[in-house]
Amino acid sequence: MTDSTYRIHGATGEWEVVIGLEVHAQISTRAKLFSGASTEFGAEPNSQVSLVDAAMPGMLPVPNRECIRQAVRTGMALEARINPWSRFDRKNYFYADLPQGYQISQLYHPIVGEGEIEILLDDKDEGSAKTVGIERIHIEQDAGKLMHDQHPSFSYVDLNRSGVALMEIVSKPDMRSPEEAGAYVRKLRSILRYVGSCDGNMEQGSMRADVNVSVRKPGGELGTRTETKNVNSVRFIMAAIEYEANRQVDVLEGGGKIVQETRLFDPDKIETRSLRSKEEAHDYRYFPDPDLLPVELSDDFLIECRSSLPELPDAKRRRYENSLGLSPYNATVLTAEVETARWFEALLAGLGVTSAPAEPGAGAWTPASAEDQDKAKRAANWLLSDLFGALNRLGRSIEDSPVSPAQAAELLGLVADGTLSGTLGKQVFEIMLETGGDPAKIVEERGLKQTSDTGAIEKVIAEVLAANPDKVAEYRSGKDKLFGFFVGQTMRAMAGKGNPQVINDLLKKALA
Amino acid sequence: MTGLTDLGIAAIRDGVADGSVSAREVAEAYIAAVEAGRPLNAFTVETPEHALAAADTADAARASGELKPLSGVPLGIKDLFATEGVDTTAGSRILSGFKPRYESTVSGKLFAAGAGMLGKLNMDEFAMGSSNETSAWGPVLSPWRRKDGGNAALTPGGSSGGSASAVSARLAPGVTGTDTGGSIRQPAAFTGISGIKPTYGRCSRWGIVAFASSLDQAGPMARDVRDCAILLEAMAGFDPKDSTSLDLPVPNWEAALSSDLRGKKVGIPREYRIDGVPEEIGRVWDHGIALLKDAGAEIVEVSLPHTKYALPTYYIIAPAEASSNLARYDGVRYGRRVQPEQGGLTEMYEATRAEGFGAEVKRRIMIGTYVLSAGFYDAYFNQAQKVRALIARDFDQAWASCDLLLTPTAPSAAFGLGEKMADPIAMYLNDVFAVPASLAGLPAMSVPGGVDGQGLPLGLQIIGRPLDEQSVLDAGLAIEERSGFTARAERWW
Repeated sequence: MTDSTYRIHGATGEWEVVIGLEVHAQISTRAKLFSGASTEFGAEPNSQVSLVDAAMPGMLPVPNRECIRQAVRTGMALEARINPWSRFDRKNYFYADLPQGYQISQLYHPIVGEGEIEILLDDKDEGSAKTVGIERIHIEQDAGKLMHDQHPSFSYVDLNRSGVALMEIVSKPDMRSPEEAGAYVRKLRSILRYVGSCDGNMEQGSMRADVNVSVRKPGGELGTRTETKNVNSVRFIMAAIEYEANRQVDVLEGGGKIVQETRLFDPDKIETRSLRSKEEAHDYRYFPDPDLLPVELSDDFLIECRSSLPELPDAKRRRYENSLGLSPYNATVLTAEVETARWFEALLAGLGVTSAPAEPGAGAWTPASAEDQDKAKRAANWLLSDLFGALNRLGRSIEDSPVSPAQAAELLGLVADGTLSGTLGKQVFEIMLETGGDPAKIVEERGLKQTSDTGAIEKVIAEVLAANPDKVAEYRSGKDKLFGFFVGQTMRAMAGKGNPQVINDLLKKALA
Repeated sequence: MTGLTDLGIAAIRDGVADGSVSAREVAEAYIAAVEAGRPLNAFTVETPEHALAAADTADAARASGELKPLSGVPLGIKDLFATEGVDTTAGSRILSGFKPRYESTVSGKLFAAGAGMLGKLNMDEFAMGSSNETSAWGPVLSPWRRKDGGNAALTPGGSSGGSASAVSARLAPGVTGTDTGGSIRQPAAFTGISGIKPTYGRCSRWGIVAFASSLDQAGPMARDVRDCAILLEAMAGFDPKDSTSLDLPVPNWEAALSSDLRGKKVGIPREYRIDGVPEEIGRVWDHGIALLKDAGAEIVEVSLPHTKYALPTYYIIAPAEASSNLARYDGVRYGRRVQPEQGGLTEMYEATRAEGFGAEVKRRIMIGTYVLSAGFYDAYFNQAQKVRALIARDFDQAWASCDLLLTPTAPSAAFGLGEKMADPIAMYLNDVFAVPASLAGLPAMSVPGGVDGQGLPLGLQIIGRPLDEQSVLDAGLAIEERSGFTARAERWW
C-alpha cells in the first residue's frame, strides 16, 4: 500500500487533496426501475414513457426485481455488506424533469452497505495497490431531460430517462489524487461491466460522478468539501478535481473560507462553478415511500446472486499471473476490460490451455503445465501486440474484431508447429484481417506454407553462394556479419517461405 | 308499489337474472333519478350512455345465459377513480378537463363484472374533507333535512359525499367510495346507508388518485349490508400493479353472510366514550350493543389506550404523504396550467398550484411539508409513525379478548353546510372514531343505528381483525336486521 505523494504546492506550503466520489451507474435492464417502459438509449423523445414514468394520477411504482438483483450482485462484487432489509424513500423537490415531484431513492436503509475496491496506480506494479472504501450503494430513479434549444421561450421535457434505474455507489473519502480517482472510476467501471450490472458507457450517460473535494495540510483536519455534480468522463473527473483543489487552495491561502456548496463542471472551460450553497440547498423532506413495501431479500435470492457472479478482474489477473505465468502488466491489461478477457479466454480455449479459477476464498492456483504456460504467454503477447495493433489501426474494438478467437488460435497453432514462420504468420494475419478467412485455408490457397525441405533449401543456398563469390570470400575471411546477408538472400529467393531455423543451419554448414 | 329505483343491487341482479325486470328499464329509471337529483350536486359527470350500454349487454347476456355477478347494475363512481375517457378531477380545479387514458383497477373490475356507470360522484377535493364542502365543484347536499322545518342544507359528510348522497337519495343502488380516515364511514353514517372500508390492501389503489397512500382504501357504499358484500367481492382482489395490494383470494362474503353472532365477542372500547359528544350518540351505541347481544354476541369491555393520539397522528401522516403525492400536479404534463406573462418554471408552479388547489388542500400540503422538513421530521413524522404502531398494537391486544369492536361512527349527526368550515379542528374531529381503524389498516363498516331528535341518521361502526371482513359484515347484518331502521329522506329536490 502506498501513500499518495500528490500535493498542491501553494504559497504557504503543500496541501493534500481529499476526494470522495458518488458514482451514478445506470443498471443494465431492459425495463425501468418501477415501470415496464424500455430503457434503450437514443430513442425518439418521450417514446419510452409509461403512465408511471409520467406520474399520471393514481399510478403506482412496482419494483423491477432485476434491478434489485443487479445492485445486490454489484455489492457482492465489491465485497460489500448486503442488507437483507432495505427500503425506498422519497426525495421531494420540484423540477420539470421530475414528473412525480419526488425521486424514489434509498436514504435511510440502502440495499448495500460498506465494501471496498482495490485499485492499481501502476499497471506494472502490484506494490502500487491501494484500497478505496465503499460507503454504500443505493438504488434510485433517474430523472428526465430538459431540452432548452427547441423553442425560443419554452423548455421541452424528454421523459425517456425518467424512472431508469440507477445505482449510486458512494465511496469513502479515501482518494488523495486525481490519478487515484481516475484509477478508482476505471476499476469500478471494469467491475460493473464484468458483473453485467452497468454497461459503463460514460458518453451515453450510463455512468457519471458527483465529485467531492476538500483540501487540508497533509495529515491535518478534514477541510470543508464541495460537491461537483454530474461529471461524465474519467478525464473530466480528474480535471475537475485538479481545478477544484487548486481553487480551494487559492481561496484558503487568500484568507478566504471554503463554502460547502454544490458546483457544476464546465467541460469547455475545464473549470467548476458554484451552483448553490448549503443555505440554498433543497430540503428534500425524505420519508419512506408509502407506495412500496420494504425490500426483503431471501436466502435463495442471495445465493443465486452470488453464484451467478463471474470471475472478477482481480481474481482473473492473479490467476493469469499465478497459474498461467503471465507478467503482471500483461495480466492487468488483459483483465482490465471484460471483452478483452473474454476474447483472451476464448483464444486460450482454442489453444487447449486449461486453467481453472481458484475456489472462492481459497486464494491459491494450480500452475498450468509448462506447455500451457508457454502457449498462454505467446497468446498474450500476440493479442496485446499484433491484434491490438491491428484493431487500433482499423479503429475497431475487440468485440468486432474481424478475426475470431478460434481463427487466432488456429493461426498461433500454425506458427507453433512450424507450418508458418513468424513473418509468414504476420502475413497470413494481415490477409485474415482483410478477408476474414481461416488461416489454414489462406496458407493452402496462397501457398504460404513454410518449407523445411532441406534439399530445396540447399539448392537455393547453392545458387545464392554461387551468385555472390566475393561475399562468400569475405565471410570466410572473418566478416561474420555477412551471415545475415546470406539468410536474407535465401529467404528472398524462397519468397519468405523457407524455415528460418533450417536455413540458418544449412547456411552455416555450406559456408563452413 | 315501489319504483325501480327502490331496487338495490341484489334485487336488480336477481330481477335481471329471473327476467322480472330488464336491465335497460332499471338503468333508465336510475338515469332519470340522476337527472332529477341534480339539485343535490352529487354527480360531477353523468354518463347515461355507459350505464345503458352495460344494461343492454346485461339483457343480451341473460338471453344467452352469460350473466355476470353485477350484470345490469348501474353504479356511481367516486371521482377519485380514474375512468377511461371520462373526466376525472378528484374534486379539484387542478385536474379540470383531465380525461385519463386508463381505467382504475377497481372500476375496471366492476365493469368487467357487468356493472354500468351512471356518472362520477362529487367529493371533497383530493378526498380532503369531512363535509364535501372542499370540492371545487360546489358542496353536495344531503337529501336529509332536520325535522325543525328550517330546511337548512345539510352535509352528506365527506369525502365520499356525492357517493353517500346518491345512494341515500336513490340516485344509484350502490357506489364506490374511498376511505383514508373515515371518508366512507362518516358519510354513510350521515346519510343512513351502509359502507365498508376493507382491510388495507384488499382493493387495488391503482388508478385511484392518491391522497395518503398508506391509508387510502376503496370500498363500497350501498343501502344495505348484503349489497355492500356483493360490491366488495367485485372490487377486491390482488393487483400486481399495486405493491401494497394483498395477494390473497377474495372470499365469497355474500354467500357466507350470517347474522347469527353466537360465539362472537364484541369489544366496547372505553376510550371511545369521550366528552362533548351528544347524548344521542351514546344512546344509539347502547342500542347497538343490545342488538348485538340479541344476535348472540358476548359483549366485553376493552381498552385501546392510545386512541386519543389517533387524530393528531392521522393529521401528521396523512398530510405528509399528501404533500408528496400532490407534488405531481404542477401544470407540466396534464390538468390545469397557469403560465404568468413574466416568469419561468417556478412562477408557473406557483401560479398553477395557487389557482388549482383549494384552501383545505393547501393547508394540508403546508402541514405535510412542515412535518417532513429538516429539523421537524423526528418530532412529528417519525414520532407519528411510532404512535401509529402503538395504535395498531392496541387493536392487536384487543383481539385477545374480542373478535369485533362496536363504536359510534361519528361524534354527531350531519351538520349544516358552512357550520364547521371556519374551524378546521372542529371539522377534523368528525373523524375521531374513524381514524384509529384507518391507521391500523383494519376493516371497518358503518351501518345505520338509529336517528337523533331531528330525525337524522346516526351510524354504528364495526371494526374487525385484519382480513375478517366477514365478521364485520355479519355484525352489520345483525344490526340491520334488528334495528328496524327504516327512515328515509323525504324527497324535496
